Amino acid sequence: MEFRFTDEQRMIRDTAEAFLSVASDGEAVRAAMASELGYDVALWKQVCEELCWPALHIPEDYGGLGLGYVELAATMEQMGRFLFCGPYFSTVCLAVNALLVAGSESQKATWLPRIVAGDTATLVGALDTPLTWEATESGYRLSGSCRYVIDGHGVDWMVVAARQAQGGDIGLFVLPGDADGLTRQWLPTMDQTRKQAQLDFDSVQIASADRLAGAADADAALAAVLDLAAVALAAEQVGGAQQCLDSTLAYVRERVQFGRSIASFQAVKHKAADMMVKVEAARSACYYAACIAQEFLAGGPMGEELAEAASVAKAWCSDAYLFNAGCGIQLHGGVGFTWEYDIQLYFKRAKSSEILLGNAAVHRERLAAQLLD
Amino acid sequence: MELRFSIEDERFREEIADWLADNLTGEFAAIRFRGGPGDEHMFPEERKAWERRLAEGGWTCIGWPEAYGGRGASIEQQVIFHEEYARAGGPGRMGHIGETLTGPTLIAFGSDEQRERFLPGIRAGEELWCQGYSEPSAGSDLANVKTRAEFDETSQQWRITGQKVWTSLAHESDYCFVIARTEPDSAGHRGLGFFLLAMDQPGITVRPIEQMTGTSEFNEVFFDEAVCGAGDIVGAPGDGWKVAMGLLGFERGVSTLGQQMLFQNELDEIVREAKRNGAARDPMIRQRIADAHIGLKIMRYNSMRTLSGNADDGSLQPEAMIYKLYWSTWHRNLGKLAMDVLGPEAEICAGAPYELNRLQSLFLFSRADTIYGGTNQVQRNIIAERALNMPREPRG
Repeated sequence: MEFRFTDEQRMIRDTAEAFLSVASDGEAVRAAMASELGYDVALWKQVCEELCWPALHIPEDYGGLGLGYVELAATMEQMGRFLFCGPYFSTVCLAVNALLVAGSESQKATWLPRIVAGDTATLVGALDTPLTWEATESGYRLSGSCRYVIDGHGVDWMVVAARQAQGGDIGLFVLPGDADGLTRQWLPTMDQTRKQAQLDFDSVQIASADRLAGAADADAALAAVLDLAAVALAAEQVGGAQQCLDSTLAYVRERVQFGRSIASFQAVKHKAADMMVKVEAARSACYYAACIAQEFLAGGPMGEELAEAASVAKAWCSDAYLFNAGCGIQLHGGVGFTWEYDIQLYFKRAKSSEILLGNAAVHRERLAAQLLD
Repeated sequence: MELRFSIEDERFREEIADWLADNLTGEFAAIRFRGGPGDEHMFPEERKAWERRLAEGGWTCIGWPEAYGGRGASIEQQVIFHEEYARAGGPGRMGHIGETLTGPTLIAFGSDEQRERFLPGIRAGEELWCQGYSEPSAGSDLANVKTRAEFDETSQQWRITGQKVWTSLAHESDYCFVIARTEPDSAGHRGLGFFLLAMDQPGITVRPIEQMTGTSEFNEVFFDEAVCGAGDIVGAPGDGWKVAMGLLGFERGVSTLGQQMLFQNELDEIVREAKRNGAARDPMIRQRIADAHIGLKIMRYNSMRTLSGNADDGSLQPEAMIYKLYWSTWHRNLGKLAMDVLGPEAEICAGAPYELNRLQSLFLFSRADTIYGGTNQVQRNIIAERALNMPREPRG
């Protein structure tokens, strides 16, 4: 048993930390979040071409780096820590995972190299998707509207989850962003560091070949994709929760009241200690889930734990991030409430990450059903 | 990262599991799952016999070096031992203080003579130890001990006078290790000595403390010119604090996964009860049971990180420093959950005059968890000061 980073994994984390601490500093984040697209195109190009992060867990057969989910989690943790603005979660943690889990060999060979080359993508719809599909003579037709699509207004293409019109099976389809009958509208969000869109499908035509055909059970496949994404999101939450603690510690050490650093007050120390308990436990839950996600993708026996490990991690990390961000504002005092200080950005991101892919209560109920029903 | 144990370790797991299955039978069947925290006063004689049986099988002190009668077991194997021991319902250990505290202390700091004299009795499961640390005015502030040790030149003996408190198993123990002040006017961690005392002597009186559970696991121990030989001090006079702190460092967390197995048994009982009485349909209870499940899973992952040792310099890692605060808070919440699952039945005892059922014991005894071994408040200070490098509390 070696439940810790290997030297190579530590190197990947350190590289991400070194790059993002400069490329995704406060100024860069604020510039990106003020734009409708939500990221700096030149920076994203650098991330794709120099760091090859989108290729990280894509198998070498498809031009990827062939690394594991622990490496992915280590990178996501640093992205969360520095509020990296870019279509990474949507492209890699949603679309790539959908293709890895549900794509046929030829579909993977078609689409994954395009991600390696710098395409952006996302996933539209979830298990309770509001979209419907029906068969046509030449393929399929998609209808309905979907909100909360991550980066949906800007991506090159997307994987769409829809149900058959009469309450039937889930179908997963690959669709270009400029398809006829598809309208995409950016939705301004409270957390400006991650963009969302509304997508309206008005009888959008899809060729037969673009229905993902690699999984026997599309419901199970979609559930697994969402679990894999939840694990990656949990890693982002760990990074965010850690940064809330670190920036708060830096502030309370500097801030002097009653003639002493407020870091010397026990009330402040105990709150900081509670924040550390939250984030260290979150880290344990997230790394464990990342190992299980790796097993799942490799077809190993422990992969069966994916749903449970994902729910454990997403439930804890959601609460931990929001707790640490809330404590962070409180310990910053008045300046924590200002636009100028970054802690407010983390607070908003903590809330949006908590809601995304099911909040803690949703994941606890999923575990309760497994334990009690 | 690798979550699995090696093939050799899995073979070791089979060996201990088989031995326990063969030996926790007959006269020992009745003490399976007994004698743990909150139940330590039960079946002392049977559990002493069990210690000797363990020793015969070579299953005491497995982490000690082979030269001192141990197996030199790896951290992984020690973890596996504790896990399988708990899974099989192995009774609460009576020899654990000697095995995990006295032994490693003597191996690290003791003289050859002390090792020869005390280690074999511990290894054989025949000599039990208790720990004389806390005093009425030295709880969290352990350095404030008032118990005195004076060397009598005529008899060439140390004479110990004072009072210890919260001493578990004192009434069943053969020996006690005691921190006492060797320099009368010293204060704080200076001027202390670490002594090894036989319990069976006229200068020692043990008085049980009746707890809120109505039972007594802890004791007060009074020393009135209790004696030990000139060779029964570990290290030199004045080294007591160093030895005592070294001893705390021997807790490597190998027993934590075993402890978690006991917690899992308690959670399983709560789940069974919730399904039986319908509480499992209450949305609030469902959330809390799931939360307990999540908390216990993560406790395991925390321990796995600690045991994998990811600090390159060997210093205490962050996830190790949160362990006490984390588990004690989790366990106290589990006690509250148990009562809420039981509903009105939570009030009804197993028998008269005051026989508590297992979940009632859990509810009451878990209030001690957040106090002993460093209160939650002290734990937060430790985390803030040592892990987060925040300013230290002023000392009086």
